[in-house]
Amino acid sequence: MQPHFVDYLIIAIYFVFVLGIGFALRGRMKTSEDFFLSGRSIPGWITGLAFMSANLGALEVMGHAANAAKYGMFVNQFYWLAAMLAMCFVGVFMMPFYYGSKVRSVPEFLRKRYDEKTRTLNAISFAVMTLLVSGVDLYAMAILFQRLLNWPFWASVVASALVVAVYIYLGGLTSSIYNEVLQFFLIVFGFLPLAILGLKAVGGFAGLNAKLPPGYAHTWANIWHASDNPMGINWFGTIFGLGFVLSFGYWCTDFLVIQRGLAAKDMAAAQRTPLIAAVPKMFFPLLVVLPGLVAIALDPTTKLMLGGRYDNALPAMLGRFYPSGLLGIGLTALMASFMSGMAGNVTAFNTVWTFDIYQTHINPGKPDHHYLTMGRLATVFAVIVGIGTAFIVLRFNNLMDYLQLLFAFFNAPLFGTFLLGMFWKRTSAHSGFWGLLCGIMAAAAHYTLYHFHYIHYPSDMAANFYQAIWAFVVCFSVTVLVTLFTEPRKEEELVGLVYSLTPRPKTSDLPWYERPGVWAIGILALCAVLNVIFW
Amino acid sequence: MGLDIRLPIGVIFSIYGVILLVYGAVADKTIFLEKSEGVNIDLWWGLAMLVFGLFMAALALRSSRRSES
Repeated sequence: MQPHFVDYLIIAIYFVFVLGIGFALRGRMKTSEDFFLSGRSIPGWITGLAFMSANLGALEVMGHAANAAKYGMFVNQFYWLAAMLAMCFVGVFMMPFYYGSKVRSVPEFLRKRYDEKTRTLNAISFAVMTLLVSGVDLYAMAILFQRLLNWPFWASVVASALVVAVYIYLGGLTSSIYNEVLQFFLIVFGFLPLAILGLKAVGGFAGLNAKLPPGYAHTWANIWHASDNPMGINWFGTIFGLGFVLSFGYWCTDFLVIQRGLAAKDMAAAQRTPLIAAVPKMFFPLLVVLPGLVAIALDPTTKLMLGGRYDNALPAMLGRFYPSGLLGIGLTALMASFMSGMAGNVTAFNTVWTFDIYQTHINPGKPDHHYLTMGRLATVFAVIVGIGTAFIVLRFNNLMDYLQLLFAFFNAPLFGTFLLGMFWKRTSAHSGFWGLLCGIMAAAAHYTLYHFHYIHYPSDMAANFYQAIWAFVVCFSVTVLVTLFTEPRKEEELVGLVYSLTPRPKTSDLPWYERPGVWAIGILALCAVLNVIFW
Repeated sequence: MGLDIRLPIGVIFSIYGVILLVYGAVADKTIFLEKSEGVNIDLWWGLAMLVFGLFMAALALRSSRRSES
């Protein structure tokens, strides 16, 4: 891959625009709500695309292309089972509580529903997880540009971190969200030609099917027995571990994505945020899974193009198919994906740090301006730590494992806490903390046992799925047990926080095409069709 | 809200579209045989990006004109 002047020009224009958006928004950040929640003023389609884009980091783009090359169409399950159900659920059932209770973060919701210690535990674990994740995008980007373009590792880490820091420092969440929308379109336009050219090269879908190893062309047909599919997971692990615990844990409780919904201008826009995001998400396999499949069809031994590493699938395909000019767009799309992934983590971290840790425990009662400044400082801090974690990740050899491991630790148990908290009014204030703590410890225990080979799984991914299941089950059971032995909370305190005590958001005055339920049904129906076609 | 994000998106996509169109028109055609299956993808994709960029910019301009009147 040899970029020319035109490619560098395209990349440079991208940086000018990203920073320009930050500068244009600089004057609008007057209160902490402006900075952390965009003043709750953004239309649904923008928060929706940002919701989608904040999740489009390195894991999503390079990780799923690599998985498609390694495991085949099986990877579609991440999209067509896991993400779709969870995104519809959070839009229809959970967003009314998040948005309606006027909380500024997910941990703050836990304080309202449970108590201060539950919030603090979640705030700290979330802050740690976010910092550990934020370096992954930097790392992936730097490694890529080192390999493709011979840019030194530290230089691309520092340069891209600096850009992200500047635009968030200036324009807060609004800047991050606006850039995510720009990045979303760049990612689509940057990777779509890969699908078109790749399919042309292998002779369309029929040619692709003929060239793929057996079993690769099915999403579902091989899940009944663990031994039949390359990931080594049976239907129980897939449906419960991935489809339920991991994906609901991520999409429904991770503040990184929920924050985009909180920035929406009204309840209807907040509810539509994940639903709008689900539509492009459904077609994302075309952009990331398909190139992975084409890569393995053209290079079955992985020696030729992939250099023996599945992680190279997407960049190798860019190098193989993109002439100069389009190559610049493709590289820009890659950078856009890494930056939106990192920015999502940084904005979520600075909010949780400022509201749930700093304002609550360290320095309460200051004027609003003080917390705005703290948010900016936290942004700089998060980016510096992100650079540090990029160098930690350099010591690991597998990105996907690192990330799913962190999710299985922190998100999976949390979903149990939320499920019980939102849908069972009996759940007591103390139970949340103990359930969450035991869930995290169960994940830690499972990881330790697996790591030191006391228990075995056919693949690391299978281990992650089962770790998530254990964390969830333990959190759920402990929360129920503690609830049965402690006082319930008064019902009037729980209005707006628990499903059975909260009036449904009115949708009858919305036109039918703006109702969340209609969106959800449409999305699930379309998704079912895709599942059948690519069975 | 002030800033309409469709405007910068429209502008950057139009710029990219024009760059790709021009490059596709003047570039040595062997790069397309070598890489993109013989398709002048720069030209075609530049056209697609330009159309999308103009469309986004038009939407932004229309809504700003409407809010003024």
